[in-house]
Parts: sequence; C-alpha cells; structure tokens
Amino acid sequence: MSEATASVEDATAEHTGPPPGRGVWQTLRRRPLFWACVVVLTLLGLVAAVPSWFAGWFGQPDPRVCDLSSSAQAPSAEHVFGTDLQGCDVWANVIFGTRNSLSVGLLSTAVALAVALVVGTLAGYRGGWADRLISRLTDVFLGFPFLLGAVVVLTSVGSRSPVSVSMVLALFSWPTMARLVRSSVRSVRGAEYVDAARAMGLSTARIVRRYVLPNAIGPVLAVATISVGSVIVAESTLTFLGLGLRAPSISWGLQLSSAQSYFQTAPHMLVFPSIFLTVTVLAMITLGDILRDTLDPRGR
Amino acid sequence: MTTTPASTPPTNDPPTSGSTAPVLAVRDLTVTFQVDSGRAPDVAAVRGLSYDLMPGEVLALVGESGSGKSVSSMALLGLLPPTATVTGTAHLGQDDLLAMGRAELSQVRGRRLAMIFQDPSGALDPVFTIGFQLGEMLRRHVPGLSRAERRERATELLRMVDLPDPEQRLRFYPHQLSGGQCQRVMIAMALACDPEVLVADEPTTALDVTVQQEILDVLRRLRGRTSAAIVLITHDMGVVADLADRVVVMRHGEAVEQAPVAQLFAEPAAAYTRTLLAAVPRIGAPERPSGVDARDRPALNVEDLVVEYRGRRGRTVRAVDGVNLTVQPGEILGLVGESGSGKSTLGRCALGLAPLTSGVVEVVGTRVGIGSRAAARAARQRVGVVFQNPAASMNPRYTVGQSIGEPLAVHAGLRGPALRARVAELLESVELPAAWAERYPHELSGGQRQRVAIARAIALDPELLIADEPTSALDVSVQATVLDLFREIQQRLRFACLFISHDLAVVDELADRVAVMHQGRLVEVGARHQVLQNPQDDYTRRLLAAAPVPDPADQARRREERLREAS
Repeated sequence: MSEATASVEDATAEHTGPPPGRGVWQTLRRRPLFWACVVVLTLLGLVAAVPSWFAGWFGQPDPRVCDLSSSAQAPSAEHVFGTDLQGCDVWANVIFGTRNSLSVGLLSTAVALAVALVVGTLAGYRGGWADRLISRLTDVFLGFPFLLGAVVVLTSVGSRSPVSVSMVLALFSWPTMARLVRSSVRSVRGAEYVDAARAMGLSTARIVRRYVLPNAIGPVLAVATISVGSVIVAESTLTFLGLGLRAPSISWGLQLSSAQSYFQTAPHMLVFPSIFLTVTVLAMITLGDILRDTLDPRGR
Repeated sequence: MTTTPASTPPTNDPPTSGSTAPVLAVRDLTVTFQVDSGRAPDVAAVRGLSYDLMPGEVLALVGESGSGKSVSSMALLGLLPPTATVTGTAHLGQDDLLAMGRAELSQVRGRRLAMIFQDPSGALDPVFTIGFQLGEMLRRHVPGLSRAERRERATELLRMVDLPDPEQRLRFYPHQLSGGQCQRVMIAMALACDPEVLVADEPTTALDVTVQQEILDVLRRLRGRTSAAIVLITHDMGVVADLADRVVVMRHGEAVEQAPVAQLFAEPAAAYTRTLLAAVPRIGAPERPSGVDARDRPALNVEDLVVEYRGRRGRTVRAVDGVNLTVQPGEILGLVGESGSGKSTLGRCALGLAPLTSGVVEVVGTRVGIGSRAAARAARQRVGVVFQNPAASMNPRYTVGQSIGEPLAVHAGLRGPALRARVAELLESVELPAAWAERYPHELSGGQRQRVAIARAIALDPELLIADEPTSALDVSVQATVLDLFREIQQRLRFACLFISHDLAVVDELADRVAVMHQGRLVEVGARHQVLQNPQDDYTRRLLAAAPVPDPADQARRREERLREAS
C-alpha cells in the first residue's frame, strides 16, 4: 500500500480508536483452550488441596490401605485404576501424589526461573566480567553430574521435605534457563528501541524492567513450563534412590519409577500416573503459550 | 557466451524490431494471499498484471512497498508461500510458467529464468568459496562439463561481471569480498546458464551509491555481452532512469502505467506516476533563509573525536578519526557518508551510546562521558533522537501513547490526564489522530511509525535532535511527507539538528550546512550550496556523480561524462 495516501486515508476514515476487545483479558476470554487449561489446573489444584475427598469417589479413600494378595491387579470395579505392586489402589495414590508432585514441580521451577531471570539478565545486559563469571558458573553446573550433585547436597542437608527436594532440583535446573535468558537478553539489548530508551536517559532499572525483560522472557517461559514436567520426573529419580521424599511419601514420580519395570505385565500402573503427569504438563505448556501470545501485542 | 549449451538458443535481435516474439509474456497475472487461514478476507497482492519482455530488453517494475512488484516476479519463479493463489499465464518462450509443476519449474529456474536478490552477502553461503558455489551451480544445471571446463566457465563469468583477478577470486570466501563484489558474484551465478530472463529484485538497494553505480554499470555492459532480458524490480527512479528501456509503474498490485523510459519521465500519463516522480528528492533546492547565529554556544560541539573499536583478534578499527564539528542552535547540519564512514558512530557518540576513545563531545553544554550518570541523564533530556528503522526503535510492548509518553513520564513527571493531553497534542503535531495513542507500533505503517518516533523525540522540547537516517527505510512518497513534517517542526521548535543520511538529495532539502564523511574522516564541511553545487573534495564529487538522477537523458549524459573521465 502506498503509505502517503494510506496515512491520509486512515487518518480521516473510520479508524479513530483501537479496535474493540483487544485487551489482554478480552483476548484470553475468547480462547476456549485458555479455559480448558484453567479448568484442568484448577481441578489439579483442588485435588492437591483436598485429596481425601477425591480419593473417596471410588470407595478407596486411603492410599495406604494395601493388600499384598491383590498385587498388580488390572482395573476393576473395586479398583478403577487397578492396584500397584504392593496391592495399593492406584487411583488413591495418584490423587494423593498430586500435592507432592505439583508442589515440587511448581516450586522448583519457580525458584529456578527467578534465579535464572536475575542472573541471566545480569549476565546478558551488563556483559563484561559479570557475563564471564556467570557463564563459567553455569558451565560448572551443567557439567556436573546431576545425580552426584543431588546426592551430595541432599545427604548433607538432612531434611527431606518437598521444599528441600525442590530447592535441590532448582539448584540444578537454573543454569539452562539462565543461559536462555542471557542469550535472549543479549539479542534484545542490541535492539534499537533499547538504544532509544538509553538515549532518552531512562534509568537502567526501568530499561530492564520495561524494555528488555518483556521482550526477552518468551523463550524462557516456554522452557519453564516444560521443565515443570521434567522436574516432577526428576524428583522420582531422587526418591527412587532413597534421596528424595521419604516413604511413606506418595508422589507420581514414585509411582512411575516403581511401575516402569512391570510395564509389560501391568501397564496400568504406569499409564494412569503418566496420564496425570502428561495432562498437567500439557495444560502448563498450553497456558504458557497462550499467555505469551496474548501478552505480546503483535499476537493479539 | 561460449561453452554452455543453453537450453534454447536466445535470439540476439534488438528490442526495437517489433516483429520478434517476447521472451516473457505475462497476461492477467493475479496473486491473492489467504490471510489468517481464511478467517480474514483474502488480500490481492497483484491484480491482472500484463506485460511483455522483449529479448535484450531491460524492463523496470517500479512501485513502492506493497505495490506487488516483487510478488509478481516471485510468482513467476514459483517462490511464493502456499497461502498464495496465482492465476493468469506467463509464457517463457512457448512454456507457461504458471502451469508448470514443481519438477518442471526447477528445471526452468536458474537455467532459463534466473534471479538476483537484494542482499548479496546473505544470499551467498559463507562457508564455501565463491568458486565452489559457482561450480555447484554449473554442476547442477550443466551436467556435461568437466572440472576444468567448469573452472574456466566460472572464471569467464566473473570476468563478465568485471570482477578483477577472476582466477584468484574463485578461491575467496564471501566475507573476503565487499558488498558490491558479492553482488557481482550473484549476478555471475545468475548468468551461469545463459538464462533468457534475469529477474533483478532491488539489486542495488542494499548497496552504497558508489557501489550501486558499479553494479548498474555491470548490468548495463551485460546487455552487450549476453542476450538475457532483464526484469528490474526497483523503487528507485534514479536506477530506472539509468538502466531501463521500458517501465511498468505499479500501485496496489495494478499496473498504472506502461511506457518507454524517456516518455515516462518526460510526460508521465498517470497521476500516480507524476506524484511518484515529484516525490523523488533532487539536488538543487532553492536558497533558504537560516536564522543561525554563529556566536551562540553550539548545541553540539565535537573536537578531535576518535572512536576505536577492538575488532576480532585484537585489531583496532578506527570508526571515527579526528573529527571536528559544531551544530549551532536552530541549525540543521546534514552529515553525509556511505556505510562504514563513521557517520552513525558519530551520532551515537553524541547520544552517549558509543564509547569515545579520545576527544571531546559537548552536547548542549555537557561533556559526554565525563561526570556522573545523573548529569549524563540530565543532558539526554535535552537531546531527542530519531532512528532509521521506526519498526525497531519502539518497544513493541508499548502502545504509541506509552512510547511517546515515556520521556514525559520519566523526566517531566507528567501523570494521568496531563500526560494524555500532552501525548494527544504531540500526536496531532505530527499529523496523526490523537486516538491512535492506544495503538501498537506494528499496527501502523512505516511512515506513521516514523511520525510517532518524531513525536517522541520532540516530546521534551529538545535543544538538539539527532536523526540517524530517519527516512531511509521509507518509500519515496512517504519520505517526502515525513521530510516536510520534519522541516515544519524544526522551523517551529528551532532545535539544532544533526541529520545523518546517505542521500545527498534528502540532505539538500533540509540542511543548512553539509558535512561529508569518508572512512572516519570529515572530508568536507560547508554551506549546503557550496558543498553540493561546487564540491571541493574529490570524494564529495564522486558521491555526487554516483547518485543516479531521475531523468534518463540527464543520467545518460552524466554516465558518459563519468566514463570519459574514467578512461
């Protein structure tokens, strides 16, 4: 379009205000996928808050009532999701595991993301020695075997609450995100609008907060939502080694790791917790994507 | 052309003999794009375009951005995304390009119909030598050649595009060549199979004027050496005047006028052609009064400025080399130079965005790079800036109102209704409706965005405005309106302005004084008339001679003069 005429036409013609319904909320409200994610995540939140009520739906309210004689039974009317190796009800276990798994997944990701944002932005925006220091530090963490590190830290910490396990997992997941933040901040730092902001004499804090971060946060948010799932699984590895949550703790990760060797004979033990995990991760990722698109004015 | 057996022997008849058949006959070419997978109405990018391309002819497709000139040629090559629907016919010789399948088309592409793209350094693969890439092209399309023959042919091609020492150059990697040389290699690759038609999509737009001139000379000489007919896609009327035989002017996807080049420039028939031609800036603007007082304290004072960058492997690059410059209050100083001349670095120094190695830069009385950050920030409040690319210079997450209001909110502490009122006032002063404060930059056109950028720059009533190529990313007709606006605002607010540009004609329309930079040094500074009409420095003269003027007769005369001088 010839812009000379376009500008004149546009200025006089119909567009005198913004098109209606373009705010963040108006756009979100119209997306069914957004509502699907909200419903799934709310349900999971409720399950985590009051597991006993949900567990009681099918007549097996207590996950710790196990009958060794009915070990690894396929789903039936009595046990809708079947039973696991110890003869415990899988449904009740999945329901009761939600709290631990979700809190470990969310807490650890949130901590890692927060650290990554601060450290990555510092490295990417400041550059120089801060960048070199932080980059080498992330290299050390990435090069260090996760299990070895976790063993050392967890044995020296002593306490085994979901919080301490989350912290250990966060300790080993921030470097990847920090590198991502660093590289996207670096690319945004060179953008002309950041130069323009600096030429305007804005303070560094304002430039970082209003110009750099909003434009650089997209990739790391996507990775963070995916990392919720991998953290839940990583927790299971630790627990499996006797380092994570202590038995009789219940978590999806624990169920998955104990079920994986019996997959061929009793697949239901693996399938049902996996479905919960997958649905959680999918809902998180989708919500993350939708939010990212909506927060970007170009995507609205 | 010797060694290659072209798929069909092209005829060598001059374009004037009316009896010959066109090499390329396009009829009713229509391209529509599906938008948003069918949810939004389809957009017609090209509507019923028809033209004939005669053998040996240079046909220019001229238009502004979005006129469909590039899309129409991409359609011929089958390079459009799957959302595009193409109808009509395009006969290359006897074959209809638009009816071909992918396999047939890839036989034609590169062999009978070749393309030159805008950005030469991006189109060459950086990890292979140009000899290898030329050989690759020959191996693909002329399978019968031996290694030695391919090499010989590659050398011959490079010689044809006037690349010096072609045998040695074959071993060069793209990064070892300049932009102009890369473009010549691209042309050589396009010519590798003796194509019947060469489509050149803005072949010189990414290049400096002096380099553009070399490429235009190469293309001109090619007409004598090969039989390829050229479709030249460009927005630059000067390039058209220099090279084209016939012109198709496009607008909104339609051809508004088709005429031989001399006739088009002498008596343009369509109203749009006339506006387009009128919008092209030309050197020779009349004398303007200037109320500049040389006794005032300069708004920008640069003394012995040196800026060095540490390049790779510890090499230092001198971007600015001992420059002295002042801009008086109320004065527009045009700073002209080609890419790499250091003109933008100078502007960035004044903004405190580039570190100075030595020398003094004083901006409205404050020395840059000395003193506290607070002092530097205070000085920046009195400096406005407009960057080249309006799409990149605004925070995409901000509405237009937020962008304009940012300096007001931060420095002047305006809030709420007072801020909104001032933003509205500023929007109106750049001739945009005040209600657009709620819009986002990506919803505006390039020219509108640049108006917003100007509004932001003048928000705090600056004493000095630094404009770095503010109109280079815009179409000519938009450029004309933005320049008018800029001049009007400058006369109203009387700020001092450092206007950085590569375009001498644009500078001529605005500046009071002109400074010319070349390789980091200031080669000439003086009053506008003196520098542009009677240049003293050799480089300034070359720069002036290289810029093509939008007048075929005049341009032909200038070219002859230049070539006579050169020989």
